[in-house]
Amino acid sequence: MNRQDNNKLGVVVSGSLSQGIQARLDSNTSIEDVTVGHLVTIQGNTRRFFGMINDISLETTDPGILLTPPEADEVFLATVLQGTTTYGSMQIVPYLTLGGDESLIEGPQPVKSIPSHFSPVLLASEADIELVFGKEGTRNFFIGNPLDMQVKLCLDLPELVTRSNGVFGKSGTGKTFLTRMLLIGILQTDAAVNLVFDMHSEYGWMGTREKASPVKGLKQLFPSRVSVFTLDEQSSRERKVSTDFVVYIGYDEIEPADIELLRQTLNLTDQAVSATYQLRQRFGQKWIEKALALESDGETEDTLKSLNIHEATFQNLVRGLNIICRLPFTLPHVETRAVDKVLEYLQSGKHVVLEFGRHGNIAAYILVANLLTRRIYTRYRENTEKAMAENHPQPKPLVITIEEAHKFLNPAVAGQTIFGTIAREMRKYNATLLVIDQRPSGIDEEVMSQLGTKITCLLDSEKDIDAVLAGISGKSGLKSVIAKLSSKQQALVFGHAVPMPVAFRPRDYGSAESYAQFGNASPDIKEDNLDDLW
Amino acid sequence: MAIRGDYMNEASSRIAEVTQASTAGFFAQCYELFDLPPLGSMIKCRDGGNEIMAITCNARTSSLEPGRRPIARGKNELTEEDVFRSNPQLEQLLKSEFEAVVIGHSANNQYHHYLPPRPVKLHSFVYVCSPDEIVEFSRSLEFLTLLAGARTELPSEELIAACIRFIGACHVEPAAFTTLAGKKLAQIFTDDYQKLRTILLRLKL
Repeated sequence: MNRQDNNKLGVVVSGSLSQGIQARLDSNTSIEDVTVGHLVTIQGNTRRFFGMINDISLETTDPGILLTPPEADEVFLATVLQGTTTYGSMQIVPYLTLGGDESLIEGPQPVKSIPSHFSPVLLASEADIELVFGKEGTRNFFIGNPLDMQVKLCLDLPELVTRSNGVFGKSGTGKTFLTRMLLIGILQTDAAVNLVFDMHSEYGWMGTREKASPVKGLKQLFPSRVSVFTLDEQSSRERKVSTDFVVYIGYDEIEPADIELLRQTLNLTDQAVSATYQLRQRFGQKWIEKALALESDGETEDTLKSLNIHEATFQNLVRGLNIICRLPFTLPHVETRAVDKVLEYLQSGKHVVLEFGRHGNIAAYILVANLLTRRIYTRYRENTEKAMAENHPQPKPLVITIEEAHKFLNPAVAGQTIFGTIAREMRKYNATLLVIDQRPSGIDEEVMSQLGTKITCLLDSEKDIDAVLAGISGKSGLKSVIAKLSSKQQALVFGHAVPMPVAFRPRDYGSAESYAQFGNASPDIKEDNLDDLW
Repeated sequence: MAIRGDYMNEASSRIAEVTQASTAGFFAQCYELFDLPPLGSMIKCRDGGNEIMAITCNARTSSLEPGRRPIARGKNELTEEDVFRSNPQLEQLLKSEFEAVVIGHSANNQYHHYLPPRPVKLHSFVYVCSPDEIVEFSRSLEFLTLLAGARTELPSEELIAACIRFIGACHVEPAAFTTLAGKKLAQIFTDDYQKLRTILLRLKL
């Protein structure tokens, strides 16, 4: 009873399953202490309900009070009116219920009913949170604390990686920190292997922090389990990153489909894109090299004529191809293909971070990410199908992390890129995406709807919020929660891997203790190394 | 604690006698001219072993004979007391009386904050309640509902405010009691903020 009294916020007064539950705040609960995103439990007659506060309002029993409100010096009047004639009210969306026969065995169940009138509404206790989200353990990774609470909020990572997931938020809201933490979680719980396309070189060796010293990347924390590939050896050397492999892309590795994806970036016309297929067909694997050679060739006109390619179209294409060929990491031919190396590492259970160094421009990023992923995905699919046919254990789940995801997954290209396919076909072939983006509205709706778990930091734009919440029940409530998240270190997680949405403060990352905690599950960090962490 | 008043002080606390009674209230005439209980004070009458509690309101002093109005007599007197000293018959020709609103009763040694089954008897003695009794009775504020619904000649806002001030003064922490009472009133007057405001402004701490 005592616990109830201490944490009691109010009582249920009205509501519906579709619109949420309206609860009146007790007169001794200050409305200023109640915040959206708080987790609450409602003790019904036979069941307990878990929900989230998603709106708070000031109500009055008599509109007359608004015409003659108490004056500033009428303190007594104001005191008396508080909690009686004027009172606080909160809107709660119930998500889970505990108490029916089935839930005793299977834990909290999705809510299909609502609590009766005057059921007390309590702040969720630590035990409640652990009951709903699980305790930290081999599967459950501690990601942070629910807002205003000290209890550890855990995420079931093996469950998380069975679907594609998204991390969203405005620039500077902590997406990279969250992602780095998730990657570490996946690594620690051994839920999957990671392949990270690290556009701004933030994950592999070292990450930046606003107004503070840099933080360690994955390789520093888990040197034996993470390998860093780089596209820009010089940049890596300057940053003193120990890289495992320098990636070069051969012209002969590039397929017309890769060019198609770059259509907008390279400013190609539709005809130029379709010409790539014809050139590929005519010249085979070395089509780029040969197409560029055509230019200086006298027979160009005849060849183009025979291929039915217009001169202007060809010039347009050549301009585009030249941009690719000017990228410092492209060569006419490469002996050790990066894709083989990446696969070799992934198959041996190592996590791969591909740093782009100074080549972090979007053309390079799209080209490399798409090219590698397409081949890796094909190989994964083959392996999975083979494993299924021969009843072997399936390959280890793969999580591919991409930034600026709207460039790969916008409605115009989502149908063509490999990322669109992975997002849609998901877990069948054990490869899923971790999509990081600041403009979720730019991502194809179909892809968004297939993302299992979404973690979102603050978003301002109505369009972005709508895109993130598409297909979620209780959308309007979560909308207000997302819009009210603090711009730093607060996020909302919802979807497949969590039983109910929850707003949280991500766990500390960047202090020596935090490294030690992350390192605990890993044999790589030894006591005597701790000094180096400072 | 026994809720019965202190019999030792009975003589001094007896101030009036019921002259007209109904279930919801009664009229009483004071034994001493001008010895009227203050507005909103708590009084009680006995009914067998039980007590009927009431709040005073609407006191007046007038001529014993309804048709005969007193006349001014002090033109040549120095003080008001001299008027009565020079006209000793006045004390016999005038009466002080007051109206009371019933707010509860006791039965089986327990207070109930609703109307008694029967009205007080005529000629029942009226006693002033002791502070202990008042505190004990006002542990529940339900009586305010009866008071708020009472039909009296004077505005009910005045009566309620006076009553809360009077009872509050008997409590160790008048402010806490007044706030509680205020909140109770806010529940009673959920749809009449102006009335509530009028009362609360008369309770200013």
